[in-house]
Amino acid sequence: MSKAETISLFDAGIIRRAAFDSLSKLNPVTLARNPVIFVTEIVAALVTATGIEAIITNHPAGFSLTIAAWLWLTVIFATFAEAVAEGRGRARAESLRRARSDTMAKLLLDPRERVIFKPTPATDLRRGDLVLVEAGDLIPSDGEIIEGVASVNESAVTGESAPVVREAGGDRSAVTGGTLVVSDWLVISITADAGSTFLDRMIALVEGAERRKTPNEIALNILLAGLTIVFLVAVVTLVGFGQYSGTRFSIPVLAALLVCLIPTTIGGLLSAIGIAGMDRLVRFNVVATSGRAVEAAGDVDALLLDKTGTITFGNRMASGFYPIPGVNERSLAEACVMASLGDDTPEGRSILSFARDRYGINITAPSDAIIIPFSANTRMSGVDTGGKSYRKGAVDSVLAALGATAEPAFTESIARIARAGSTPLAVMADGKLLGAIELKDIVKPGIKERFAALRTMGIRTIMVTGDNRITAATIAAEAGVDDYIAEANPQNKLDYIRKVQGEGRLVAMCGDGTNDAPALAQADVGVAMQTGTQAAREAGNMVDLDSDPTKLIEIVEIGKQLLITRGALTTFSIANDISKYFAILPAIFIATYPQLGALNVMRLNTPQSAILSAVIFNALIIVVLVPLALHGVKFRAIGAAALLKRNLLIYGLGGIVAPFVGIKLIDMILGLFHIFS
Amino acid sequence: MTIDGLLYIALVFALVLGAAFPLGRYIAAIFEGRVTWLRPVETGFYRLAGIEEARQMGWQSYAIALLLLSVIHFGLLYAILRLQYYLPFNPLHIAGMSPRLAFNTAASFTTNTNWQAYVPEQQISNGAQMIGLCVHMFLSAAAGIAAAGAVMRAFTGSGLKTLGNFYTDLTRVTLYLLIPGALITATLLVLAGAPQTFAQAIQLHTLQSGAQPLAIGPVAFQEAIKEFGTNGGGFFNANSAHPFENPNAWTNLLENWLLLVIGFALPIAFGHMVKDKSQGRTLMAAMAIILALGCVGAYAAEATGNPLQTAAGVQASGNWEGKEMRFGIPASTTFNVSATCTSTGAVDSFADSYTPLGGAIPMFLMQLGEVTPGGVGSGFYTIIVFALLSVFVAGLMVGRTPEYLGKKVQAKEIKLAMLGVLILTLFILAGAGFSLITSSGVGSLANAGPHGLSEMLYAWTSATENNGSAFAGISADTKLLDYGLGAAMLFGRFAFMVPILAIAGSLAAKPKLAESAGTFPTTGPLFTFLLIGVIIILGGLQFMPADTLGPLAEHFLLYAGKSF
Repeated sequence: MSKAETISLFDAGIIRRAAFDSLSKLNPVTLARNPVIFVTEIVAALVTATGIEAIITNHPAGFSLTIAAWLWLTVIFATFAEAVAEGRGRARAESLRRARSDTMAKLLLDPRERVIFKPTPATDLRRGDLVLVEAGDLIPSDGEIIEGVASVNESAVTGESAPVVREAGGDRSAVTGGTLVVSDWLVISITADAGSTFLDRMIALVEGAERRKTPNEIALNILLAGLTIVFLVAVVTLVGFGQYSGTRFSIPVLAALLVCLIPTTIGGLLSAIGIAGMDRLVRFNVVATSGRAVEAAGDVDALLLDKTGTITFGNRMASGFYPIPGVNERSLAEACVMASLGDDTPEGRSILSFARDRYGINITAPSDAIIIPFSANTRMSGVDTGGKSYRKGAVDSVLAALGATAEPAFTESIARIARAGSTPLAVMADGKLLGAIELKDIVKPGIKERFAALRTMGIRTIMVTGDNRITAATIAAEAGVDDYIAEANPQNKLDYIRKVQGEGRLVAMCGDGTNDAPALAQADVGVAMQTGTQAAREAGNMVDLDSDPTKLIEIVEIGKQLLITRGALTTFSIANDISKYFAILPAIFIATYPQLGALNVMRLNTPQSAILSAVIFNALIIVVLVPLALHGVKFRAIGAAALLKRNLLIYGLGGIVAPFVGIKLIDMILGLFHIFS
Repeated sequence: MTIDGLLYIALVFALVLGAAFPLGRYIAAIFEGRVTWLRPVETGFYRLAGIEEARQMGWQSYAIALLLLSVIHFGLLYAILRLQYYLPFNPLHIAGMSPRLAFNTAASFTTNTNWQAYVPEQQISNGAQMIGLCVHMFLSAAAGIAAAGAVMRAFTGSGLKTLGNFYTDLTRVTLYLLIPGALITATLLVLAGAPQTFAQAIQLHTLQSGAQPLAIGPVAFQEAIKEFGTNGGGFFNANSAHPFENPNAWTNLLENWLLLVIGFALPIAFGHMVKDKSQGRTLMAAMAIILALGCVGAYAAEATGNPLQTAAGVQASGNWEGKEMRFGIPASTTFNVSATCTSTGAVDSFADSYTPLGGAIPMFLMQLGEVTPGGVGSGFYTIIVFALLSVFVAGLMVGRTPEYLGKKVQAKEIKLAMLGVLILTLFILAGAGFSLITSSGVGSLANAGPHGLSEMLYAWTSATENNGSAFAGISADTKLLDYGLGAAMLFGRFAFMVPILAIAGSLAAKPKLAESAGTFPTTGPLFTFLLIGVIIILGGLQFMPADTLGPLAEHFLLYAGKSF
């Protein structure tokens, strides 16, 4: 699996650009999308005006201006967090954009006449146009191959430099604009208009330009806006309570109280968390066509996983030698090794390594060995050496070559191998049947534990395989999946998804073929393989550039991580309020009721220093939490109850305690330098 | 504090929680239409009123039916109060109420608030009490419980388009729950000595051979529903401190039990309705823990007493001012905290005479949104809002988008929930803050300084949260307060209830997702404490600045030797 280069959190270039962007983001028109920070900005402007008025009227302005400065910093830190997140995306987009150079396409006017074409800029291509691409050409736009076979280097999109074969018909017929044809030629029907190609969409997504708020993000924004209004009411009405009590609160003081109470921390980091979540997915070489899909990934509670390649290695491997009566196991093993010496397939190599590991047999090919390769006619392969011939092959082929009927003991072994879900091979030497090799679909090590971990998170795994029920059941039991679909076809996959959704569960699956499209569209999270057909890519809501079906599990984890990060920082931000009351309320009421000094449990130096410390903490905590927002809270598969307990302890209780410590520290530092104290 | 006092609190809790379980099961059966022992009466009533029993209502129709009923009854009650002079059962020929007082009182009883800006003995006839106020004590309580039932149904299945039938809910709750409960307890109260008569006054001959009328009337029945339906509107001005309303310590315990029991039974009913009893028990636990803290806190504050009196040597044990010797401190504080926590508004002692902290606790518990356990029905649907906010804030931390009982909590629900929270905050803080800067508002206050601020803040809190209890010490029958508090009661009730019915409608229509090990657990101690935290932080923190200038300031001033 290839990954885009990791970008350091504090990459100097990104930080510099972000610092600049964070200022241009102060434009209130754009900032109004973020109600919490927008209110902070208005309040900052108001306090600044108060400070300026104080200067003009020759009143002390130091406190007002200091508060104003920190309120502005609060806003800037918030826009900075967003700018850094976008900057990281932009850096990734740069590398993608390089692939989208202005190519000239060879537009075919008549598909039957492949030699006559009109050079046309790629940007002028329309959906349905036919173009010719030859070795050395960049594919001008997304398309479907209608003629030809070619090897294509797709590293521009996937980062994987080994060329892949693309051909008309079948499941490998889609090509992506910006990829390079290495050999042969293709006739492509263009499937995307200029500006809306896969590469364009990816760049837009990664840059965050097209970022629409996800459903949960919208709801969270409403909560934050609601809290802001509630606290606005609390602070504005305080004027009335104050007047009755004989206190006139100054604007900077009320502003400080308001900004400390409204959830600026999560308000400032929310969009950065979203962008960073998308970015994590992209870094993982998966492109989600919508943020909604990333959230849905966290919600998934059933995973449809392809058996081959995901649960098993996909290549069958030797796992046992079964001699017929009268042949000893070791000589069978030696014959198996001899028969496989020239076999370079994974199965053949697995026989050699199994014999070496189990029986210590380590034979190299004799110099006179003649390798008999596998042929479709004989369906056998082997080696002739020293006047002896060794052959292995499909059981019926070998029996046919021997012209003999199998004895009951051999038939018994074959049946047992098949029952276990494995594939039997027969082995003979010099026209004599020696026994059988069991080729087993090996379940990947550690996958069972992984499924168990998913189960603790409430996620059921369902194995999808074309194998028959018996084989499927055996492997399902060995891999520890919760359920399986045997003899899978597009229809029964779709039916299964509908059934599970009917039980109130969300389903994720991956697929590549056109016939997977309905199931991909039906699934709540459908991950299409980059190597798949255009239809599959359109139907899914994510595309895996590595075409690695095992990533479905990680995609779910990334979705969960995004949601956890958002929840953790929301909880932290809201829990912060308690301490700020203890800092600010005694400070602003002490002039009226000196006895309320008893509530100053942190023993902050002076009222001014207390208020300033709370405002400074409120601003700095945003910067402190930027790395957490961008990296995300680590996801642990320990079950929802345990996870909640853990996160509630860290971010809930921590959110209550941390600001007490932070504000006290800041107050001590201010005291050290005699600032407002 | 004494062990006996704490044991009294424990006794109240044991009796209430013990009864809440069977009562909750019974209420669930009422909601599900399985209670039929007065079926002929029930169907007879439907025929009479032309109600289609089988008709199911979407949330809009349900809300409209509820609002329509409330509007009609508001109008009726207003007319009765204005015209009581001409109506029967007015032996003392009490004059009709002024428009603003009638508005305030009609709003108060339509919204289950029972804020009493009038003096019952002088300003309302027995007839108006019976056909006006007492009827509304049943109707407003039944409407609240019906709305709670509608909210419960939202969680019972997938893709539900309806929330039940408001008319049948209202009828069943009244017929099978409120009337039988009130009848039984009224009988017990009569046995204990509470009057139940059409006479309005007894003429007494005093020792100085003068004559003094002693107000009586159909007290016992109104008293029973006053507590059972968390209404609180006393037959007498002295409310449950009056010996005719609350004859002895046993009736005090009975009334205390009565005003808590439906509130605690509703979450249990919810557990039965959604076929997951632990869900109901969890909500009940959160309610009970906050209430227990409030009861013990208020008792501690009153038992500690007033430091100035202690210093002067005039105080025996604790603060006895404003309390009935018949009941004692723990029973008085527990009754008052229970009443403020249930939006009942009944009092058997006077919060104005409490120590600052003893008075602050009931006020803060009201500000939390009346969820511990809150008014009948309203307490339940309000705590559901807090449960939704809890899963929304913290639910993400398990790595799934928030859901409550399999229903996804999304933008629409949050918008409506925050709208509700905002309305409550706005009326309490803007109302009190504004009143305190008007001469009319300040003129209503009996005390100066922070104590006066508490009186005003308490009044607006009580009205907006539909509690109805008075801090006292405030002359409430002024233009500003009659209209202002009247509006606060109406908005606090209906501008909160309608969004919640809308939430219920929205949630009902959503698919109910299956529960798994990855689902955010909404049962057990962890969620209970999370819910308590959210209730305090999202429901209460916004009131802290004002509370600090009121009772908290007074508390510290008192210990510095300054009183108001």
